[in-house]
Amino acid sequence: MIITLAMRNLFYDKTSLAVTIVGILFSVVLVAVQLGIYAGTSRIITSVIDHADGDIWISAYGTKSIEESGVLTGHERYAALSTPGVARVYPIIAAFSNWRKPDGAGQLCVIIGTNVSEEALLPWNIVEGDLNSLNVPDAVTADRTYFDYLGISSLGATAEINKQRVRITAVTHGVRSFTTTPYIFTTLKQARKLLGMSPDEASFYLIKVAPGADVGTVQSELRRKLPGLDILTTGELKERSIDFWLFGTGAGAALIGGALLGTLVGTVIVAQTLYASTKDHINEFATLRALGSSSVYIHKVIMTQAGLSAVLGYSLGMIISIGIVWLSKDSELSIVMTPDLALGLFALTLFMCSISAASAIIKITRIDPAMVFSR
Amino acid sequence: MKNSAIAQTFDVAKELGEDAGKVLAVKGVTLSLYPGEFTLLMGPSGSGKTTLVSMLGCILSPTSGSIVIAGQETTGMKPDKLARLRREQIGFIFQSYNLFPTLTALENVALALDIRGVPWSEAKRRAAAALQSVSLEHRYNSYPKRMSGGEQQRVAVARAIVGRPALVLADEPTAALDSENGHAVMELLAEITHKEQRAVLAVTHDPRTLRYADRILKIEDGRIVDDDRSSNSSATKTRQHGTKKQKRLSA
Repeated sequence: MIITLAMRNLFYDKTSLAVTIVGILFSVVLVAVQLGIYAGTSRIITSVIDHADGDIWISAYGTKSIEESGVLTGHERYAALSTPGVARVYPIIAAFSNWRKPDGAGQLCVIIGTNVSEEALLPWNIVEGDLNSLNVPDAVTADRTYFDYLGISSLGATAEINKQRVRITAVTHGVRSFTTTPYIFTTLKQARKLLGMSPDEASFYLIKVAPGADVGTVQSELRRKLPGLDILTTGELKERSIDFWLFGTGAGAALIGGALLGTLVGTVIVAQTLYASTKDHINEFATLRALGSSSVYIHKVIMTQAGLSAVLGYSLGMIISIGIVWLSKDSELSIVMTPDLALGLFALTLFMCSISAASAIIKITRIDPAMVFSR
Repeated sequence: MKNSAIAQTFDVAKELGEDAGKVLAVKGVTLSLYPGEFTLLMGPSGSGKTTLVSMLGCILSPTSGSIVIAGQETTGMKPDKLARLRREQIGFIFQSYNLFPTLTALENVALALDIRGVPWSEAKRRAAAALQSVSLEHRYNSYPKRMSGGEQQRVAVARAIVGRPALVLADEPTAALDSENGHAVMELLAEITHKEQRAVLAVTHDPRTLRYADRILKIEDGRIVDDDRSSNSSATKTRQHGTKKQKRLSA
C-alpha cells in the first residue's frame, strides 16, 4: 500500500512530477557527462601504460607521466636484469617532439619508440597498414583522429620530425592523448634517431616480473639497487600520470567540481519538488497521523516517492547519457560509461533523492494532526 | 451504565495559543463515554467541542487533568504510543471526510488497516466488508471525486469502523451533507453504536440529529453545562429509523 500511495501521490500532479523528473534527469546527465569525461580522460591518460605488458617501470627521478620523463643512460637495464624475480626488461622511449606538416606548419607530437618484435608495448587499433611495416626506415604510425592536426590525409603521407623525414606506414584509430598531442609510434632505433638519443638510452625500462615472483619485493630490490630513480608499479605510474594531468592542470578538479555542482543542483530541484508535493498532500499526511499511523509509515511513503522519482529520473537520464556517450565516440572528447559508473550514478541518484526527502520528512514531522479537525 | 467506560476525562483543561493570545478552550471537563451509547456533543462555535474531541482522540494533550482510553492513562504518553492507541482503539470521522483523493473507496478503507500492519489481502477483504456494511459495495473502485458527499462520508464511516475501534469520534459528520444524506449517516452511526456496542461521540450543531442520540452533552465556554441521557432513546429510535435507512442508503 505504501508503494501505491507513494505512486499515486507522485502521479497525481503531473506537472510537479515532470519538474521532478527533469530535475533528476538534468542532474544525472550532468554528472554522467562530467564523470564520463573524467573516466574517459583517465583512460586516455593511461592508455599507453594500459597497453604495455609489464609490472614495474624504471624512469628518471620526478617522472610525471609517460610523456614527461627524463633519459636513462642504459646501465639500469643490466642492473634490473641481475635482480632476482625480473624476467624481462624492455626499453621504451617516450618524449615530446616537433612534427612539421607538409605545408611547413609545426605541431607538437609524442614519439613512442618500442621494439616491435617484442610484445611489451605495441601500437593498437591498427586500421591501415601493419605492424611489420614499422621496420622500414622512416616508418611511423599516426592516428586517424589527428590527421588534421598532423596535416596528413592518408597512409603513405610524409612529414618531418625534428627535420627528419618520416612516412606513415600504419594508421591507428582511437589512440588518443589527453593533451591532443598525437602519439607517433615507431621502432626504438627510429625513435632514438628522431630524438637524437644514443643507442643505449631510453625513457623507461619496463620490467616483466617472473611468474611467481612478488612485484613488491622486486620493486623494493630495484629501489635498493637503483637509488635516485623512480621505480613504480604499473598502477603507481598510472596514478601519477592521472594526478599530473588531471589535478596538476586543474582539469580534473573542474570535472569533479562540475559533477558536484550537478549533484547539488539535482538535489535542490528534487528537494524543492518533493517538499512541494508533500505540502500538496499535507492534509492526507495529517489524516494519516490522526488515524494513528506511525511516523515510520509516513516516512516510508515519502522515501518511496523519492525512490520512485530517482528510478524514473535515472532511467531517462541514463538513456540520454548513453546517447551522448555514443555521439562522442569518434570525437576528440572521450566520454565513457562503464557498468561501475552506471551503478555509482544510480547510488548517487538514490542518495540525492534521499537527502531531498529529508526536507519533506521534516515538514511532516511538524504536522499538527489536530489540523484535520479545523478543515 | 452497566458497562465500564471506554473513555474518561477527569477535570480536563486545555489552554490554546501563546503569550497574550492564550485561551482556556476547555475548563475542567469530567465525563465518561460508554459502549453502546451514541453521544452528541453540542455547543456554539468556539465553545471547545473540537478541542475536547481532539483530546479524547489523543491528538491534543490536556494542559491539566487526565484522560483514560480503554483503560490506559494517556497523560505523559509518548507520541508513538498515543498514535498506537489511536489506531487500535479510536476511529475518526471528519467533517470534510478527509479521504485520500488518489485512492479508491476500497483503498481508502483498507489504508486504515494497512497502517495497523494488517496484510494487504486481509485488509482488502475487511475493507470490502466494511463498505458493504455502509451499502457501498457498488463503489469499491470509485475515487472520492466521483462520489457524492453522502457516499464519501459513508466511506469515511467504513474507514472509521474497519479497525473495530472501541471509540468512534465524529466531528460534524453531517455538516457538509444535505438533509437526506445527513440522516442516513446519523442512522448509520446509531446502528454502529448499538449493533456493535461501540462508544460513539459526534460533535454537531445540527438539531435534526438530536433524535438519534442516546445522550446529549452541551458545552459552553469550555464547560459541560448539560448532560442529558434520555431513558427511551437508543433502541426505540434505532428501530424506528432502521427501515427507512436502507431506502435512503440505496438511494
